[in-house]
Amino acid sequence: MRTKKTFLALTAAAVLGLAAAGTAQAQDDPTKACFIYVGPIGDFGWSYQHHQGLLQVEEELGDDVETAYLESVPEGADAERAIERFARSGCDIIFTTSFGYMDPTNKVAAKFPDVKFEHATGYKREHPNVATYNSRFYEGRYIQGVIAAKMSEAGVAGYIASFPIPEVVMGINAFMLGAQSIDPDFKVKVVWANTWFDPGKEADAAKALIDQGVDIITQHTDSTAPMQVAAERGIKAFGQASDMIEFGPETQLTSIVDDWGPYYVERVKAVRDGTWEQVDVWAGLAEGHVVMAPYTNMPDDVKALAEETEEKIRSGEFHPFTGPVNKQDGTSWLAEGEVTDDGTLLGMNFYVEGVDDQLPN
Amino acid sequence: MMRVELVKRPQQSALFSALSPFIALLLTLVAGAIMFLFLGKNPVDALYYFFIEPLLETWSLHELAVKAAPLILIGVGLSICYLSNNWNIGAEGQFIIGAIAGSILPVVFPGFQSWIVLPLMLLMGVVGGAAYAGIPAWLKARFGTNEILTSLMLVYVAQLFLDWLVRGPWRNPEGFNFPETRSFHAYAVLPEIWPASGRAHWGFIFAIVAALVLWFVLSRTLKGFEVKLIGQSPRAGRFAGFSRARMVIFAFLVSGALAGLAGISEVSGAIGQLRPSISPGYGFTAIIVAFLGRLNPLGIIAAGLVLALSYLGGEAAQISIGVSDKVARAFQGMLLFFVLACDTLIHYRIRISRRLRAKGVEAPAGHA
Repeated sequence: MRTKKTFLALTAAAVLGLAAAGTAQAQDDPTKACFIYVGPIGDFGWSYQHHQGLLQVEEELGDDVETAYLESVPEGADAERAIERFARSGCDIIFTTSFGYMDPTNKVAAKFPDVKFEHATGYKREHPNVATYNSRFYEGRYIQGVIAAKMSEAGVAGYIASFPIPEVVMGINAFMLGAQSIDPDFKVKVVWANTWFDPGKEADAAKALIDQGVDIITQHTDSTAPMQVAAERGIKAFGQASDMIEFGPETQLTSIVDDWGPYYVERVKAVRDGTWEQVDVWAGLAEGHVVMAPYTNMPDDVKALAEETEEKIRSGEFHPFTGPVNKQDGTSWLAEGEVTDDGTLLGMNFYVEGVDDQLPN
Repeated sequence: MMRVELVKRPQQSALFSALSPFIALLLTLVAGAIMFLFLGKNPVDALYYFFIEPLLETWSLHELAVKAAPLILIGVGLSICYLSNNWNIGAEGQFIIGAIAGSILPVVFPGFQSWIVLPLMLLMGVVGGAAYAGIPAWLKARFGTNEILTSLMLVYVAQLFLDWLVRGPWRNPEGFNFPETRSFHAYAVLPEIWPASGRAHWGFIFAIVAALVLWFVLSRTLKGFEVKLIGQSPRAGRFAGFSRARMVIFAFLVSGALAGLAGISEVSGAIGQLRPSISPGYGFTAIIVAFLGRLNPLGIIAAGLVLALSYLGGEAAQISIGVSDKVARAFQGMLLFFVLACDTLIHYRIRISRRLRAKGVEAPAGHA
């Protein structure tokens, strides 16, 4: 009995002591930046790149910043709790880095007006302390399309897609248009994996596409599995989100690298300076938010063409969605020389001509 | 050659039977501390963030209730099944079907807005879950099929059905093609118990009420006696005039109804819409909860709270000391392991013998 009491007393003492330590810590000076990831930071894709952004924030702001993150947070009831926990644990700015966190982010933001919330890829900014940000990945996809049409002997590429949302449909269309600028008869086969991260499913999709005769693979899912399958089968592929060259030294043509670091540094600094404002950022190659990994495993003329295309898009001389462009059913969408507006892109729910797939509706 | 045997104890210590879950908890803490030590973290800090910090703030207690509600609701239902020797492993599927059935009104008829919507939704959730549990029950009572297999496989059917619904016919027309239904309107949302302080919803009240009612039924009524008698000795049950087939149906229907109620409560109270995945495995975790609570509805309340705490603590530890999110799962695994190990050692003792024994040694019976 005595030992039990002693134990209880010790536990209580330990608890109280630690609680005191906890409150003392919260008054520290650095700005606290917190990140919520939908996948594991080891996915070498989407979540990995956001985490690279966190590391850059730490590197550039040093002692002025304190960071924290939660990985593999499911989109749903758990997300709201995770975000609220961050808001209550003294975070000054919280980055929620998946579309499915949109409603939870806005709900928690309503309760914590002094905390800044940054939601990636969403469209709801219901409170003044919620900003949204995304990148113009379609610019990189257009370049990939150009390369694919140059490199493919079969004249058909395989596209592993996640969900039929505008972001993904836009990417497929940009890839198609890039390829058509070289070879008007080029074909794209699409497989819907219905997941952002599932190495097994993604590998199966890649195998199925290769068995159907494609000799280039590109993906809008986050794992390195498709790259590895392509490497095994001896065909070429494009990386996604990060530079995946390690997973296919002889395979990767290039990769669209999401470089969130500059944006994260800028926004955390803004919180520190008191200049943070609600924004809706959609930046691309020009701002350095989208970066092309080195052009590898291709002849020099293809590389030169890719670099030239990249430069034209970066300088604003050329927009990937420039007419004439027809919709899949053959009706005209953009007239000669016409450039689409951002609103249409952000709500895109149709294919352009030549995509060999039925958009799930 | 040395042999290790489990030998049934002639008598079980009542004291240790009662203490067993606490001993298991303590062993889990010790093993957890060792694990943290190997991860290079201070074990006292880690255990503090894991098990104490989430209990210090009101909002966090609300979250605990949100997380525990489905575990308790499903767990108490399962206890009726397990006590009567019916192995319902499919609560996850009954949870999902309950959620789907309950969501018909707000998703398919969003224009129908009235105070009656919510009670109807709850009722439909209960009926949906019970009906789905009725399938393995009927198959077992009528054809003698193995309910472990049928109920488990129906989980996958339910998961794929939900997946198809939210990607296809029930997809939100304004949702940019994301696989989720429209958000429930105000009349279809299960209210919060005490909105000013946190988001715990009425699902937790349902869980507590269900546990109390089932505790009363099990310990104070003839039906409870029937459940336990048929579970412990089907033959004696038959002599007493109880029907085994009717008990199969009864246990599954009660269990399915509660799982269905948990499903619609979770969707209506915590999520606010249907998504491809609405449960991080509540139906399976509830099996741990049921046994950790020693199949006693009051024990299950405590067990549900402990398991819920391990989820919250996992997050707190991840934020505060940077351990992986997998640690929470490891904790749950260790907890179940130690509970079962303690129970086994209460019923059996270990005998180490050096002699080779002749055939005919009584094989140690499994204890689930």
